[in-house]
Amino acid sequence: MAQIQTNANYQPKDSKLKWIGFGLIPIILLICIVTLIALFGTGIKNESVAPIEILNVEKITITDAGFEVKIFNSGPEQIEIAQVLVDDSFWNASFDPASSLDRFENATVYIPYPWVEGDPHEIKFITTNGLLFTGEVEVATKTPVLTTNVFLQYALIGFYVGIVPVSLGMLWYPFMRRFSTRGIHAVLAFTVGLLFFLVIDTVEEGFEIAAEVPGVFQGSGLVWFGLVLSFLFLIAVDQANQRKTNPHIDSGKRVSYKLATGIGLHNLGEGLAIGAAFAVGEAALGTFLVIGFTLHNITEGVGIAAPLLRERPTFKTFVSLVAVAGTPAILGTWIGGFIFNPTLSALFFGIGAGAILQVIFVICKMIWKESQSNKYPLVSWLNFSGLTLGILLMYVTAFLVKF
Amino acid sequence: MDNHMGMQHGYDPGTEVTKGLKMARKILTEFDYGKVSKRSDGKTLREFEIVSYETEIEIARGVKFPGWTFNGTIPGPTLRCTEGDIISVKFTNGASHPHSIHFHGIHPTNMDGLDPIMPGQSFTYEFEAKPHGMQVYHCHVFPLARHIHKGLYGNLIIDPKKPRAKAKEFNMVMNGFDLDLDGENEVYAVNGYAFAYQQEPIKVKVGELVRIYLSNFTEFDLINSFHLHANYFHYYATGSDPEARPQYTDTIMQCQGERGILEITFPAPGRYMFHAHQSEFAELGWMGFFLAE
Ligand SMILES: [Cu+2]
Repeated sequence: MAQIQTNANYQPKDSKLKWIGFGLIPIILLICIVTLIALFGTGIKNESVAPIEILNVEKITITDAGFEVKIFNSGPEQIEIAQVLVDDSFWNASFDPASSLDRFENATVYIPYPWVEGDPHEIKFITTNGLLFTGEVEVATKTPVLTTNVFLQYALIGFYVGIVPVSLGMLWYPFMRRFSTRGIHAVLAFTVGLLFFLVIDTVEEGFEIAAEVPGVFQGSGLVWFGLVLSFLFLIAVDQANQRKTNPHIDSGKRVSYKLATGIGLHNLGEGLAIGAAFAVGEAALGTFLVIGFTLHNITEGVGIAAPLLRERPTFKTFVSLVAVAGTPAILGTWIGGFIFNPTLSALFFGIGAGAILQVIFVICKMIWKESQSNKYPLVSWLNFSGLTLGILLMYVTAFLVKF
Repeated sequence: MDNHMGMQHGYDPGTEVTKGLKMARKILTEFDYGKVSKRSDGKTLREFEIVSYETEIEIARGVKFPGWTFNGTIPGPTLRCTEGDIISVKFTNGASHPHSIHFHGIHPTNMDGLDPIMPGQSFTYEFEAKPHGMQVYHCHVFPLARHIHKGLYGNLIIDPKKPRAKAKEFNMVMNGFDLDLDGENEVYAVNGYAFAYQQEPIKVKVGELVRIYLSNFTEFDLINSFHLHANYFHYYATGSDPEARPQYTDTIMQCQGERGILEITFPAPGRYMFHAHQSEFAELGWMGFFLAE
């Protein structure tokens, strides 16, 4: 260690050019080695036995004329689609721009097919190498076209799921205000319970969507990266802010805003799920999701209001908190309904989970600091009960969504 | 909402004369009578040569299948002889797996094709052709389903000593192809190419007797069938029993390895569809037309 330090302080007298040269030598050697491997291989015979082709069916749009299927070649080689089968039947199809897809190229396949309202359909693509790639329509119904009307309907759904329940939850605020510090801690612990459930849930949803992400984009990786980076990013922002303002304790209002932001990101995910369900024609599922999420989200309002119990928030604060936490649901419904993309969604879910995790971190720190200064035990039975109740309540209301 | 319901027919095989179509054409009308000579005992000797090797087959427009073939086609050549002929089939295994040829019919058990012939090796199957009618041949090396499904099969026609009535004759083998090795066929065909005779109807003459030698080598499905539109035909199962009364019908079915002879006369000009009556097989390629002129 000492030697390294000496070396770091050692300033060579000779030219700067030589110094740069030392930096370049490893890079040049690296390039040489990579080139050698690329030219002569690793010595292991690695000719693939079967052709490697990966075709992703990204989106199936259902129109009066049939199916419009967006496909994507995420494999290492060019793919030529020779035939299209729909429901175990050869079918005519036309390709835009072409039936041959270069690496990372998209195409849209138009299949004039007399689909049946409410029926499942299966579309198979056969490549010239005889490989099969399948796309499923779970329940056939015409894909909503982007009209002002549908746009507004989706906004209304988002409003029901995001804004209404969060506002309703906040109506408990006057009731909760009468709580003692211990009681407030229990409510905060309850919030942590809710959020803990949400983190798990969001990550799981993220993985579910990640399964549909083309292999090259590493869907589940995106969830993890999104989670870790957003968590650390928000903590970094927080610390930078704290140095400028109050160094000791977060104000309740700030915690509430953080909560609202994290929950907002989570609600964006919920909106995505609902919008996507409607877009693929699963109206029944979509409706269940709306009812479920709405009930579920009432608890979020309680959580957001909890850190404010010792402050005097204005009505404006409540409104803007609701806006921060609730409106992303509307945004999510639009995205899910009109431009659903599994890769981005997986990342969103990861970011959402990270944001919620950071809120948990902040609230726990708050309870811990206050408990220390008041000489309360951190995990009192009251706090433990609050946490358990939070998880339990989320678990029970989640039945309505998963049912 | 409803204007998508009145859609035109779902699949048009196009007009391109592909490699696969050429193969299906060839198998439909080509009969291999072998190299004929007389033995000292007065019997006719027919010598055939069959080589097995791995060949890429086009089974539907643009779709390649890594097949195992007898003489490069799926199905293999249609061998043809007369009852009582001595047939001698020199089989050479040019593939990378052991294979054999098991012939249906009556012959000595040591000529039954149960012993695998190793890659690079040869073996000559020799026996007297009997009984007359329709026989089939296929590889009998285990695992059977894999060896047969990959394409090692074909028809063997043994004509009766008293020739059948003069007719326009065709050879058809019903088959299927499992592309993703899930034990289910994705493509069905006659003579190895989907929609071959829909793209290019089989031309026949009105009033002329048409005879079809039909066998079923569809692996993974229990049965396959042949249904003719707008007409009836006589069906002789295996065609071996001279006493048997033919079935007069428009639909017959065959289990795996079953075969028979169809005799059809077309009463009037027109396009007569024929296909598997399993709708799924039909729409996955087993569908065609006779064009009577
Ligand atoms: Cu074999």
